[in-house]
Amino acid sequence: MSEPSTAPESAATSHPEPIVNRLSIQGATVNGSGSQTANNTLLRSIFQMGIPVSGKNLFPSNIAGLPTWFTIRANADGYTACRKEVDVMVCMNAQTAREDVAGLPAGTTVIFEESLNLAGLRDDLDFHAVPFAKLVREVCPVVGLRRLVVNMIYVGVVAELIGIEMGEIEKALQKAFATKPKALDLNVDAVKAGLAWAQENLKTHSRFRVERMDKTSGKVLVDGNYAAAVGALFAGVTVAAWYPITPSSSLTESLISLADKYRLDPETGKKNIAILQAEDELAAIGNVIGAAWAGARAMTSTSGPGISLMSEFIGLAYYAEVPAVLVNVQRTGPSTGLPTRTMQGDVMFCAYNSHGDTRHPCLYPADIQEAYEFSLASFDVAERYQTPVFVLSDLDLGMNLWMADPFEYPEGGIDRGKVLDEEALAAAEDWGRYKDVDGDGIPYRTIPGTPGGKGAYFTRGSGHDEYAVYSEDGDVYAGNVDRIKRKIQGSAAYLPQPVTDDRGSSIGIIAYGTSHDAVREARDQLRGEHGIETDYMRVRAFPFPESVKTWIDAHERVYVMEQNRDGQMRNLMRIEIPSVAEKLDSIRHYTGMPLDARTVTDAVVAAEANAKGAN
Amino acid sequence: MAAAPKTNKIGLSVKDYRGGASTLCKGCGHDVITNTIISAFYEMGVEPHMVAKLSGIGCSSKPPAYVLKGAWGFNSVHGRMPSIATGVALANRELSNIGISGDGDTASIGMGQFVHMLRRNTPCVYLVENNGVYGLTKGQFSATADEGSVSKGGMANDLPAIDLCTMAIELGCGFVARSFSGDRKQLLQILKAAIAFNGTCMIDILSPCVTFNNHSGSTKSYDWGKEHEGRIHELGFVPNWEEPQVDFSEGGTVEVPLPDGGVVWVKPLENTNHDPRDKAAALTLLHEDYKNEHVYNTGIMYLDSSRESLQDDMDLPAEPLWNMPRETLRPSREAMDAIVESLR
Repeated sequence: MSEPSTAPESAATSHPEPIVNRLSIQGATVNGSGSQTANNTLLRSIFQMGIPVSGKNLFPSNIAGLPTWFTIRANADGYTACRKEVDVMVCMNAQTAREDVAGLPAGTTVIFEESLNLAGLRDDLDFHAVPFAKLVREVCPVVGLRRLVVNMIYVGVVAELIGIEMGEIEKALQKAFATKPKALDLNVDAVKAGLAWAQENLKTHSRFRVERMDKTSGKVLVDGNYAAAVGALFAGVTVAAWYPITPSSSLTESLISLADKYRLDPETGKKNIAILQAEDELAAIGNVIGAAWAGARAMTSTSGPGISLMSEFIGLAYYAEVPAVLVNVQRTGPSTGLPTRTMQGDVMFCAYNSHGDTRHPCLYPADIQEAYEFSLASFDVAERYQTPVFVLSDLDLGMNLWMADPFEYPEGGIDRGKVLDEEALAAAEDWGRYKDVDGDGIPYRTIPGTPGGKGAYFTRGSGHDEYAVYSEDGDVYAGNVDRIKRKIQGSAAYLPQPVTDDRGSSIGIIAYGTSHDAVREARDQLRGEHGIETDYMRVRAFPFPESVKTWIDAHERVYVMEQNRDGQMRNLMRIEIPSVAEKLDSIRHYTGMPLDARTVTDAVVAAEANAKGAN
Repeated sequence: MAAAPKTNKIGLSVKDYRGGASTLCKGCGHDVITNTIISAFYEMGVEPHMVAKLSGIGCSSKPPAYVLKGAWGFNSVHGRMPSIATGVALANRELSNIGISGDGDTASIGMGQFVHMLRRNTPCVYLVENNGVYGLTKGQFSATADEGSVSKGGMANDLPAIDLCTMAIELGCGFVARSFSGDRKQLLQILKAAIAFNGTCMIDILSPCVTFNNHSGSTKSYDWGKEHEGRIHELGFVPNWEEPQVDFSEGGTVEVPLPDGGVVWVKPLENTNHDPRDKAAALTLLHEDYKNEHVYNTGIMYLDSSRESLQDDMDLPAEPLWNMPRETLRPSREAMDAIVESLR
């Protein structure tokens, strides 16, 4: 049988031949035990061997002690979405080991601390008992460090089991411990101890293997929060105000470390950026709006609960037309929800955020490249349209490591939009802050401090006329909010356009954000396993351009893939494009886990069976 | 004091510092403050276009529209003007912030932002036009209403008042003053000194609400203010371009130089001897207000210009951030290469 590229990676145990460069490794450990470094070492080593790879960290809202799982997927075809099935399982956590083993597919390779006695639990798994406790005592004399170092021993065991090259592991460790030579030695020794033990004692290797290939050269491994921070840095952000919240904190923390290197004045050593940890999100957005009003390129990073707190100010910025960039790294809501799990739960909330009639440009990055590019572009959008802009990332993109092409240096200039300086003001006749001079709904603004005596105006969230003068006149109000609506709708042509990949099918799939990876793989599964051909449109921004309607119109049935309970993107499309409402169905995944292809495939197959039955 | 010249040091006249007509009630204490702000900015010779006049929501948040028509105004959301002021200060440190707030806007909904502005020492002349009630919503007590003060409808307030001056001193504010809109002469000197000060200036001003809190039984009425005000000193401010007109050697006069070269001076009055540089004495004085059946002490309670401003604490450059050229803000290709290389 020729194996299709979409073949299930966990084949039956009877399947004798090795399975190369198609596997998932899961480490079950205790939060706070340093296992992240061990898992990243495995991930990076596989990456360095040229094999496409991704890592998904499933961690608790806890500092130390609770169970945590990390899944690495290596795939020769570049499918790096989350995958439910595990091929190699590392059981280091007594709290969860029995449950972990119970859920594994037949044929999985399992290594475990020998005292856990797991081998008798099932007879269809490939068990390897490892004396981790004994090995760590030998390699690490400092008792207090053993809890951390023990995880590096499983790196060595896994390396031998599946064929990771020790040279690449050492290289990965050198990167991780670049500034800590003592720790480097200890960790290398631990990996070697695990490797040596495995070489001497393992009776068999795993049938899941990795072998060097050449599919990662030139690529980088990075998380989306870091990518968004790079985008902001190169966009020329000068004020960033934030309040720590999972899963967005590492975005601004990355910006801080980048700015410490790349935003220092070469002569004075002063910082050409202000990054302020606010007292709460209410203040963080106020800082951003105050700074942007005074001319800075300003941003905040937060998550859903933060957006809830910021909503009143967001309405002010919309109505008073002040630029602002908000990166919302979405997590599972409502309320505190599952703070360390992913979700696309704020689609509706951001599109129409704040009281009264509002609508806001939203960008939906799908991967690292877009996390960088959309963050970079969002400042231009905010200033061009003088309005708050949301970049809707999520925990999966923001906090997990993704393989990506390197960031491209931005060639363009910086679009600061319609700003009148002293000279332009002197030439302008009868300037009014909210006058629609060009017919595009975008007025001209001035920056506080502009000399000449003609640019001052009064910014307010209360009713105002074209000259920014207080007004309670109903017609003036309606004219103003209609202009703002036109202005925002006009942004649809400027924002990132949908990306389509059509195969001539009457069945369409719409996805956005981090569902892309799983949908890409699912479409191949649908074709390869079920003979279902699909067209695909990935929506990248709100408000929607006309092409979204045209594309939906051209299809009989359209499934909108969502990582939320209510089908928020479908609902948004039904509101915005009512004529297509009947055609849109949604596939919803909302366990807080990153989306996997199998979930998409199964749902489309079931829905198609229903659709055909109904016909 | 000599009569004010017809134009100030930058050649502008008083009318250049005026704004729109007030829509507050006739006789409102806030309008007195408005006029005093106009005089202070005029006398200090501040360029109007270099001023950001900021507010939140409430009666007290309207006056920015009544002053300095050549300045940029921002009437933001309730209680959250301090975060706007902080953002402005980060974007353009050359602007002068004046924030006008009230007791509801500061001591209730805005308490969180108020205290953090003080902690950070955000440069801002922050005025609390304090009348003890919510005017626009028709006379509910605010959190600065004194215990036992009686509302227009005859109800007594049974909660303790929040003392904003005490709180400001505790939180490290280096310019804490209290005044009364019935005492324009003193308020003018305080405002001038505040304009010259680099950091947060918290000025708590008893500013009676003529409609909802000016009756007998109120402890925020004009009559109450006039009866209870106790000036703790005579005070004045000499800007750095003026020659002092007072004899600093006169008994007990304390001079406090500001970093820009201006000098604040205070001279003891009969029965008073407060040194505004003494933090503990300032706190004691404020606490004694309450022991003495609400003596309303006014003057500069505390003055310390040694703390770094927000921008210096954050190590920001002298030039404003907002207008830096692309070449300064966008790192080089080599920088991008280094970033990418670090991720391989």
